[in-house]
Amino acid sequence: MFSRCRPAASVLALCVLLLAACEREERAYRGEPVGEVKPGAIVQGTLYAGEPSPPPPQRREYEGNAYHISEGKRLFEWFNCSGCHAHGGGDIGPPLMDDTWIYGGELENIAATIVEGRPNGMPSFRSKIPDQQVWQLAAYVRSMQRAVRKDVAPGRDDHMSASPGEQSQPVQEAKPGGGTPPSSQGTGQ
Amino acid sequence: MSKLQCCLLALLAVAYNILACAFPALAQDPAPPAKAIPAPAASPPDDGNWSMPAKNYASTRFSELDEINAGNVRDLQVSFTFSTGVVRGHEAAPLVVNGTMYVVTPYPNHLHALDLTKPGAPTKWTFEPKPAASAQGVACCDYVNRGPAFADGKIFITTLDAHTIAIDAETGQEVWRTKLGDINKGESMTMAPLVVKGKVLVGNSGGEFGVRGWVTALDAATGKIVWRAYSTGPDKDVLIGPDYQPFYDKEKGKDLGVSTWPPNAWEIGGGTMWGWISYDPELDLIYHGTGNPGPWNPEQRPGDNKWTGGIFARNPDTGQARWFYQVVPHDLYDYDGINELILVDLPWNGETRKALIRPERNGYLYVIDRRTGEVLAADPYFPVNSTSGVDLKTGQIQYNEDKHPRMGKVVRDICPTAPGAKDWNPSAFSPRTGIVYIPHNNLCMDWESVEANYIAGTPYVGANVKMYAGPGGHRGAFTAWDPVQRKKAWEIKEDLPLWSGALATAGDLVFYGTLDGWFKAVHAQTGELLWRFKTGSGIIGQPISYRGPDGRQYIAVLSGVGGWAGAIVAGDLDPHDASAAKGFVNAVSDLPRRTTKGGMLYVFALPSRS
Repeated sequence: MFSRCRPAASVLALCVLLLAACEREERAYRGEPVGEVKPGAIVQGTLYAGEPSPPPPQRREYEGNAYHISEGKRLFEWFNCSGCHAHGGGDIGPPLMDDTWIYGGELENIAATIVEGRPNGMPSFRSKIPDQQVWQLAAYVRSMQRAVRKDVAPGRDDHMSASPGEQSQPVQEAKPGGGTPPSSQGTGQ
Repeated sequence: MSKLQCCLLALLAVAYNILACAFPALAQDPAPPAKAIPAPAASPPDDGNWSMPAKNYASTRFSELDEINAGNVRDLQVSFTFSTGVVRGHEAAPLVVNGTMYVVTPYPNHLHALDLTKPGAPTKWTFEPKPAASAQGVACCDYVNRGPAFADGKIFITTLDAHTIAIDAETGQEVWRTKLGDINKGESMTMAPLVVKGKVLVGNSGGEFGVRGWVTALDAATGKIVWRAYSTGPDKDVLIGPDYQPFYDKEKGKDLGVSTWPPNAWEIGGGTMWGWISYDPELDLIYHGTGNPGPWNPEQRPGDNKWTGGIFARNPDTGQARWFYQVVPHDLYDYDGINELILVDLPWNGETRKALIRPERNGYLYVIDRRTGEVLAADPYFPVNSTSGVDLKTGQIQYNEDKHPRMGKVVRDICPTAPGAKDWNPSAFSPRTGIVYIPHNNLCMDWESVEANYIAGTPYVGANVKMYAGPGGHRGAFTAWDPVQRKKAWEIKEDLPLWSGALATAGDLVFYGTLDGWFKAVHAQTGELLWRFKTGSGIIGQPISYRGPDGRQYIAVLSGVGGWAGAIVAGDLDPHDASAAKGFVNAVSDLPRRTTKGGMLYVFALPSRS
């Protein structure tokens, strides 16, 4: 009796596991074409008049999704993000794997930075990258500092191993002072 | 003659013999060892000023002042300092002209004039060109500037957003400003101009952004473009015409700047001109290099990729090419050909050759006949393994197949690296010793070619790189090279890569700085460390020497870490990513613990006797 039930229980357990694992792959299959990105409530500071606005739905949709983040990793090379930010350590542009965020480190801040550009050298990609891909890129950038769940962060590089991989990065919480104006930091960025 | 006199004479004779044996030079050798001398027409007597970064058209960076010398340099002390207010990498040489010092900073390219006639050298004026802030996004390797140039009462500077500006040296007022490039195509400017026969010679940066390289001549009085020579494309754009007489057959053919590329790839093929220019007034030729082809990934640009990675001789009035030598055809490793060119006349197989000396990025020290472009010697001054030598008959470099980059494959232990055995930071040449003093790297790298996408205004590289210490474990070296003997005279191993220029003086001293901020004076003949001073930040600038209005000799250098080598500090880069700063961060991950950023001028002198 028990012995006959055991395989069935195992199958059931497996199904539950698989279903749970599928959640990290859940997504809408086709995003909007190139258009006006609406990054939602962008706040670069930590001071609010009244209550803070609730976070935009993209946070859950993109940051918690392995597919979107792995697409973001591919696009990060594709759109030459890596040309300036290397594989998170920075180069021409600032590093993305640390706890310093000049223009805000939340998903919607990063999406806005990609779309709008920033005055000290970040080019604007407005109308060059479809909305969904902007969110995928932003979610991947969040994974560089392990601001996403470990099980959705990419595990390894397909190329020369420059760092242990996003999954193995220590979690870097964005520091409140990371957005200090460049002039007072003296970084020029 | 008394007995005593006789005895004394005998003693003297014995002493002379002993001395002559111990020091053969005293024995009046009829033929002193032959050595190179700077091209006479390009190295006039030192007037105590320092009016161009390379000191003179021969680019010797040699000061004839000898008040500070090997015997007293231990007493050298700070005379005054000046904070530039900018914290990025300070690669510039200060200039001194008739009692005023001119200092140009990295972006935002402020130009300060300091009054050397007054105590503490107060500021006379500051000129702020206000270049576009977005230009910071197209500067491959920090927002550097390599110095101003002086001529005809004007100071000339390039700005990061690809302008060249003339400023009245007395008043600090802008005389003219010419836009020469477009940051939206990835063009920037970082080089020090050279003024030849009333023309300001400048070139563009952006070899990592798929720009098309050029060198251009502007009328020094008006800023109008007189000529522009591209490094890629049809002969008429490259200014190759009837005057062109290269030495090697490989440099001959019509429109090679088109036919040695895949279709249209030359339009974004690099060959920028961001390094040094020399000028021989006697032959009336300027000499300049051309940068790396783009992208770095060589599989995306089959062919020789003319006219990148080579050396041009041109007529300064028309820009017409006289000869060209491609040092690295179809460059595989970002071995830009833009380093300094030192013009010397040197004994060679019984005759005197008018030559130029080029410590090249690829690890060889080239001696080239500057009339014809014939390579006389190409000797490794660094343990090279990416190539196996240069065939002097054909001028062809021999690449090593097992170090050839391939897409999707990591090729390990390639020496030298992308920044080369030596990058832009210029050597010095002393006519007293006939030796070239070369500050350089001792690094190797892993390289993986990946497909590069061209998006205007963003990087066009296509390689993952990781650098580390080369053979011996040290990361830098200061090499004294005898170009006549074709060998090292001596070498100082440096822990960190060397990114500063060198200065040689008639006091038998050579000065250079380190990435962690030591400014050093060593003996020109032996390399013995005679003096050092720790500045506030890493040194990547070019030291100079001048005679102050008080008649005393001074040594000046800018401190302020940055550049490609110091980007980890200047840009707060994260060493957890070995590929940061195109792989340089991996080689200097300890640098943030050893220095901090901050631009400061240091000026040294011996203690005042008054």
